[in-house]
Amino acid sequence: MSRLRQLAGKIGLTFAILAVVSPAVLFFLWMLSLSVKFEVDNASYPPIFIPEHFNWGNYSAVIDSRRFSTYFANSLIVTGAATAFALLVGVPAGYGLARMRAHKAAAVILIARITPGLSYLIPLFLLFQWLGLLGTLWPQIIIHLVVTVPIVIWIMIGYFETTPLELEESAMIDGATRWQIFRYVALPIARPGIAVAFILAVIFSWNNFVFGIVLAGRETRTLPVAVYNMISYDQLSWGPLAAAALIVTLPVLLLTVFAQRQIVAGLTAGAVKGG
Amino acid sequence: MTFASRIRGRVGSERQIHSTSSIESAAAQADAAMQESDGWKPPSYWPFVLPALIVVLAVIIFPWAYTIWMSLHEWKVGAPPSFIGLSNYIRLPSDVRFIESVWHTLVYSALSVALPLVFGTFAAVVFHTKFPMRGFLRGLFILPMMATPVAIALVWTMMFHPQLGILNYLLSLVGLPPQLWVFHPATVIPSLVLVETWQWTPLIMLIVLGGLAAIPAEPYESAMIDGATRWQTFRYISLPLITPFLFIASMIRMIDAVKSFDIIFAITQGGPGSASETINLYLYSVAFVYYDVGYASAIVVVFFALIVALAGALLWLRQSTHWNDGGGSR
Repeated sequence: MSRLRQLAGKIGLTFAILAVVSPAVLFFLWMLSLSVKFEVDNASYPPIFIPEHFNWGNYSAVIDSRRFSTYFANSLIVTGAATAFALLVGVPAGYGLARMRAHKAAAVILIARITPGLSYLIPLFLLFQWLGLLGTLWPQIIIHLVVTVPIVIWIMIGYFETTPLELEESAMIDGATRWQIFRYVALPIARPGIAVAFILAVIFSWNNFVFGIVLAGRETRTLPVAVYNMISYDQLSWGPLAAAALIVTLPVLLLTVFAQRQIVAGLTAGAVKGG
Repeated sequence: MTFASRIRGRVGSERQIHSTSSIESAAAQADAAMQESDGWKPPSYWPFVLPALIVVLAVIIFPWAYTIWMSLHEWKVGAPPSFIGLSNYIRLPSDVRFIESVWHTLVYSALSVALPLVFGTFAAVVFHTKFPMRGFLRGLFILPMMATPVAIALVWTMMFHPQLGILNYLLSLVGLPPQLWVFHPATVIPSLVLVETWQWTPLIMLIVLGGLAAIPAEPYESAMIDGATRWQTFRYISLPLITPFLFIASMIRMIDAVKSFDIIFAITQGGPGSASETINLYLYSVAFVYYDVGYASAIVVVFFALIVALAGALLWLRQSTHWNDGGGSR
């Protein structure tokens, strides 16, 4: 009797897991399916899931297109620079704020968290226009700091608050300066925290769309903006569109699957504290 | 111990000094302390914070101050600004398109909080049990919220296609009539909420999962001995204990839902007509289609106030439910 009940429980759990995971999995499988089909198959009804003939040409069409490499490079530069700079200023700041116990200062970061990204765009757009920076990648790099710097500071405050003080105190007694303590004691311990901050900053910067549609010109588009522009011009050919979408988001998907543990840790810490 | 407490005492006195001195002198002081450490001038943490402070001032505080200043001006890009006081704000209540966008935002957000909250809690309960490949499956489960929103929106647009979309095919399998989804004013917001729910249920799941992990095992053990069903255990043990987490989750979700832009912009651009135009979408049009930056800035300020008010309302709700039954469900 109890064994039967156990079995029923197991079947129920399996169904529950399937129900929970399938929307995500099926969506991305369908995305993959769209991206490898010829137009005939994409336009057929009822839909075809696995086509008889695969059309890998959708991918080469996207990658070989004239500007793809430019847009890819733009995305790499904007995300890379904004993340690197955020780590450079954000990690020491997180350390300082954690050691000063300056929780009030962290409120500024909360404001950044709840302000719509669009509202930074109006003043900064005018500023960039005035400085004559529009048409270069600088405006996007600078405005992506709105995304990356708060993430890094927030995660690093949380992380440094959990690292033990004893080591730093004994280093201080040995006559080490604050900088030396940070560089040789605190920083090495904080490596996992920095990894979390790096991954999340990269993902949210890479995914950002709203800054690009306003600030990017023809030559300075990042990949999300480039894909969006494909929609308006290329409404009817689904294969290349889906392929482009998958190419844009693939780095993030891979990072999510492989760095799942860090992402979950960072998001829950950031989210719970962010409330 | 004594050393440590002595150092803490020094750090404490140093902080008092700094509350009166300016940032520059604090930085100079710290530099001096770095050079000669045996004279023991108490070093400061300000040099660590200063670069970030400058960045925050430049990209967060300055835009805010500038926005408030602009909101008091009649200012279209290209023409010189002129001071008009609160006229931009006074214009808002009689702007039909703005009022409609507020309603769209509220409906959109309410649904985009409620649905992920229900599904996310269910998913958290599922992921709280132990089963093989749990970590990997959790990784797959959070993909929707990490994936590039524009890329996601593009595929959803194809799925919503009335003739060729997969969603109408799925409806036909269960015998339901085909829908127009995002192409009809009556169904556009629910359709977008479907995307938003699909995308953000994982975040609720993660937060609630954190809450479930914090519950000790004992109550469950005694409930099992008493022969409680799974639903009873959830309803009377888990749910009351995770209520604070549900509130935090709803608050974060609400803030994000109100601000939602990428998905709506990429799928409908606020259409058809203006049926899915939320405040954020309207703000985009005013600022970057009509270039009416003064009026747009006033919208930003009111929009921000609305977000703060909604967050405050949720906090208040949380406190008042606490009074009723000590953290129980509503």
